[in-house]
This record gives sequence, C-alpha cells and structure tokens, in this order.
Amino acid sequence: MTRPAYQVSHLDALEAESIFVMREVVAEMERPVLLFSGGKDSIVMLRLAQKAFAPANIPFPVMHVDTGHNFPEVLEYRDRRVAELGLQLVVASVPEALASGLVRESADGMRNRIQTPVLLDAVEKHRFDALFGGARRDEEKARAKERVFSFRDEFGQWDPKNQRPELWALYNGRHHPGESIRVFPLSNWTELDVWHYIARERIALPSIYYAHEREVVERDGMLYAVNEFFRPRAGEERFKARVRYRTVGDASCTAAVRSDADTVEKVIEEVAATRITERGATRGDDRVSEAAMEDRKREGYF
Amino acid sequence: MTTETVAPAATETSGRPMDLLRFATAGSVDDGKSTLIGRLLYDTKSLFTDQLAAVEAVSAARGDEYTNLALLTDGLRAEREQGITIDVAYRYFATPRRKFIIADTPGHIQYTRNMVTGASTADLALILVDARKGLVEQSRRHAFLCSLLRVPHLVLCVNKMDLVDFSQEVFERIADEFTAFAAKLEVPDLTVVPVSALRGDNIVSRSENMPWYEGPSLLHHLERVHIASDRNLVDVRFPVQYVIRPQSTTVTDYRGYAGQVASGVLKPGDEVMVLPSGFTSRIAAVETADGPVAEAFPPMSVTVRLEDELDISRGDLICRPNNAPAVAQDIEAMVCWMDETRPLQVGGKYAIKHTTRSARAIVRGLNYRLDINSLHRDEAAGELRLNEIGRVRLRTTIPLLADEYRRNRTTGGFVIIDETTNRTVGAGMIIEAS
Repeated sequence: MTRPAYQVSHLDALEAESIFVMREVVAEMERPVLLFSGGKDSIVMLRLAQKAFAPANIPFPVMHVDTGHNFPEVLEYRDRRVAELGLQLVVASVPEALASGLVRESADGMRNRIQTPVLLDAVEKHRFDALFGGARRDEEKARAKERVFSFRDEFGQWDPKNQRPELWALYNGRHHPGESIRVFPLSNWTELDVWHYIARERIALPSIYYAHEREVVERDGMLYAVNEFFRPRAGEERFKARVRYRTVGDASCTAAVRSDADTVEKVIEEVAATRITERGATRGDDRVSEAAMEDRKREGYF
Repeated sequence: MTTETVAPAATETSGRPMDLLRFATAGSVDDGKSTLIGRLLYDTKSLFTDQLAAVEAVSAARGDEYTNLALLTDGLRAEREQGITIDVAYRYFATPRRKFIIADTPGHIQYTRNMVTGASTADLALILVDARKGLVEQSRRHAFLCSLLRVPHLVLCVNKMDLVDFSQEVFERIADEFTAFAAKLEVPDLTVVPVSALRGDNIVSRSENMPWYEGPSLLHHLERVHIASDRNLVDVRFPVQYVIRPQSTTVTDYRGYAGQVASGVLKPGDEVMVLPSGFTSRIAAVETADGPVAEAFPPMSVTVRLEDELDISRGDLICRPNNAPAVAQDIEAMVCWMDETRPLQVGGKYAIKHTTRSARAIVRGLNYRLDINSLHRDEAAGELRLNEIGRVRLRTTIPLLADEYRRNRTTGGFVIIDETTNRTVGAGMIIEAS
C-alpha cells in the first residue's frame, strides 16, 4: 500500500482528531469520565483513550449507566476490559435507583427515559465535569447539530439554540460549578468508519455484534431476541434466525438484524451496502416520535 | 458461544487509501442547497431509506407538494416548525476515493456566525446561486467570508440550469461576474460548475444537456481537488497540549509532549526551540501509541520527546530556532462577533483561547467595522454587534505564540470567550502580532 508523502488516510485523520479532543479534555477539565456501555462506539473510544495517553494509563474512570436490561455477553466484556486496563468502573444503576425511589418504572417498561436522571445523579455525586460519549453525528439528525464539546447546564440539559460556536480546533470547555460538558470524540466518524477502525486495530467486540443464531420474534418490523427482558406478546411467533446486533442498548428495546456477517470484513461489506440507519433498524426507543432523540437530549440524555 | 470475537487482520479495500475532505456549503433553501446535498448523499448511497421515509412522512403531513429534502438537514423541532435552518449541520458521505464531511451552514443574513464556524475547518467551500437570479448580495457575502477564513478552494455551483434551458450564455455571465468579484478577494482556487441538483445534471457525471461545458462534474471535482499542498509543511509549529509523565513502576523517567502538529515536519534529531522560554534542544523521538515514527506532520497527533530536560508545559510551542512565530502581546486581528446579547466594546476584557494557550485580553481599539456587502470600512464604529466583522487591536496578559492567519490557520486563529457567561463570543484571525 503506497501513500503519497505527507498525507494521511481518513482513518488516521479521524483518529488524530479524536486523540486531540481527549487530550484537550484531560488538560482542561477537573473530573472527566468516559461513558462505557460495552457498545462498539464506546469500545473504540476506549482504544483512542489508550492511544492518547500512552505509555501512561488512561487518566480517568469509566461509567456504565446500567438499565438492568443487559446482554450477558456485553456485561462480561465490560468487566473483562475494565480489569485488563486497570480502570475504575462507576456503575450508575437504574435498578438501584428504582429501589431507592429516585425514578419510577415507565408504563411501557422501557428504561431509556429513566436512565437520564440516574446518569445525572451519578454525575452530581461524583462531581464529573466532562463526560465522554460515543455519539456520532451521522446517527440521528438531532445529533447532526451537536458540538464536539456540548455544554450542559446545572440540570444536565441541552439547549440546541444556546450552543457555543465551535471554530477550528478551539474547544471551549469553560463552565461554572455544577455545569458540565459532554464530549463526543467520535463526532465525525460514521458507522462504517468505526467498523474499518475495528478491523484495522483488531479490536475485540462482544460476540453479539457478529452473526449468530437466536430465538426472536418480529415486532414493528424489527427482530427482538426473546430473553428475560423481552417477552413475546400473544400471537407473536417465536422463531430461530441468524442475526447480529448493529447497536447495543437496553436489551428490552434493542433489536437485531438478519445477518450472515460473522467476521469484521463481512460486517463492513454489510454496513457498506445497507440502506437503513443503525438506529432506525434496531432501536425501538428512537421510533417514538420524530423528535424522540432531541427530546431525550434536552433532558440530559446523550 | 464465545462472548468475544477478535477481528482478523484488516485489509484495506483498495490500494489507495481514502483521504478526507471537509467542505462547507452556503446558500439559502431557495438556491436548492438542500436538494444538492440530498442529491450528493443519495447518489453516493449515503442516504438511508428510513431517513428518506421519515422526511417523506413529515413532508406529506405538512402538505408539501414534493418531498422536502431540506427536512433532512433541519433536525431540530424549532427548525421544522419555522421552516428555517438554525445551526450548522454536519453530513457525511464517501466515495472509494474520499470521505467527505459537509458543514452545512444556513444562508440567512443573520447567520454569518454559522458560515464562519463552518468555513473555519473547511478545505473547500461550495457556494450556490440560482441561475435565474444570478449573483445576489448573499453570494458575495459568502465568497467574502470564505476568503476571510482562508478556505483554500472555492466552488461556485450555478444551480437550476434546467430552468434557464441549460443556457451557456446565462452560465457564463454569472461565472464571469463572480470571477471578477473573486479577483478582489483572496481566493486561491475557484471552480464554477453549472448544475441542476434536482435533475442531477453535472452532479455525479457530466450532463448531456450541457455539451458546451467541458469541466468536471461536481463530485468528480470534489473527489480530485488537490488538497495535500494546502497544508503548511514549512513552518514547524507544535503547540504542546499535554505533558505525559506516567506514574508507573514499569515506565520511569518518561516525559513526552503530546500534541497535534499544526504545521511543518518534525523529525528525530531536529534542533528545536521551545517558546516562550526560547530554550533549545533536539528531538529525541517522535512517538505514537503504535511506536516511534520517522516524522510527524499535520494533522498527526503525536508525542515528542526532547534530548534535554526542559521546563515545558501546556500552552508552550515547539518550533525551529530559525523559524519561529511571534511572541506577542499586541495583536491586530479581524474579529467576527458572535454574541447576540453583548457587543464587543473597546475597553472590554475577555478570555482568549489560541492554540492550546489561554490568556486574558483587553480590547485596545476598533480600527474599523467592515460592511461585508460593500466591503466599506466604517472607521467611526464604536462596537461590533452579532455577525459584524471588524479590525480589532488587543493586548493580552501573556504572550501568544502567533502567526498571521493567512500563513497559518491554526496558529493564526483564536476565539474570544466572555468570562462571565463562558460563552464563545468571537472569532479572530490574526493580521499582525508584535
């Protein structure tokens, strides 16, 4: 592979930008934390954090907002990775928040909305002032207008009309006590970039990202795995299908897609050819309304 | 079932790696900008069916007669309700040759702020005009802002050629007029393309409707425009971002200066100078997490180690002894004001962020305010309001390590921050530093 002199590939350029962003945060903020869900984007973020501070260790803890509806493969992955890197793990637990009365289960049983107060509570308790999130601008149109450094007020809220202009690589992380900044180092990456990077860096992922056989039911045109958090309704037929997950979220509302892609190359091929966005294909929580994501972001979600 | 799968070694898809082009688009909804972006995304298979279906549903619900592709970029509820675009939206598409990042900026008069933001990181700017209307005040303003922000490549798309019968005469009249206007600005590279975004003429491939046009299609130009030479590889500028000093028993005595190369090429053995101290040393190694590299150049993020132990911290800058930026506290700059609540005023005190360095500054004077439509200079102006641009004199508390913006977009640009609200209120492009 030949490369013209003094040029870098698009993946190198994206990596360099993300590393720059992470170093800015650590240099300027008091208490950063990285949101780690065990999903592919947060796994890529963790790799970038390793690279940004090598040979030193990653200089911040990671936090998992645990809805209690987990894929076991993802939890195992989380714990193994945290142990390998010697990281401090903070778990912001929705089940504990339910038990203590901080939040109440919503009528539809979905925990996407109630994880926001749990996240904000943990931020306050640990006095985190910068939160790395793996959100990308290509995911959803409310996110297309998100900054790399996204200012949140003392209620953790996002005001799309009151964002700071972001020029050159000059990120403004200034804030008053109690306010915080969400930082999105992968802002300019696409789903395909993430997969190319996973391939290039030979990054291990939870196995559910690759094709496997699973018992599912079809609901609203999406395939949901039957598990302790997702019960088929009367009349819904269970069947076995070869599937994989494009996103990893709450196990009660994250759907799988039919796929034979059992290697990273095949996933790249599949993602390159697909005509549906990853959230559109797999996330019941984004289908609630046209502005579902914007509303959740305003409340303090990512 | 195993719970973890290791990706096998990667194979890049083709022999030539993709590179990255960032471009900003300017123009109003009426110019067909959203249609053009929709067309680029659609024709490069970057538009997804669920996105399109969502837009079709909303269009139908609002009673639009056609699918309003503007809804693709108008992501926020207020934008959809008011039918306007408020903020810069970022879009992505790729071809086998390049990945593209579009900073899609709204074209309204009041949104100079957004245009400046989008242009600040752009390799190329794409300005749209309606062939029926020709150049309007807004087209000139966009061209001026692109030249102010030093966007190296400019493309004028004369759109809706289908509505002027694909007339060569109409196209050439607009192209000539724009070229004459651009000659008064500093526009290093200008390309003019006649297109119909709605019908796809000259977007991906050359149009059969305009055989008189001999230039490239828009996408062909975007894929091949030469951007490698836009980078400054001459002046070594390495703003120190963070000092890496592992607190570890296995790695001892390690001290590395982490940062992103702003310009120039750094190699082991090079003699370097550290500013503002002026101490010199040699580069012992240039490292990344994947190991040492033979050289570093923009936009690489690396860690530089020096042969001598010097007192270096964030905000310092590594350069060459015979090629250094100014170490300056008196700064003259073109400033674009971005705050709607409080104008920039002479005597005002602000925080400044320049490279990795933060300082405080006082506004010593406003030489003039520029009318960006007529380019008239108003020397009597006493303040800059939202979206106004003027030449400003600043005095900083500590020296900035600064170059002229025209020579270096990284070491020549800064932002102004209100110390009370913490908002980013201005963008500055350095003309003189002493």
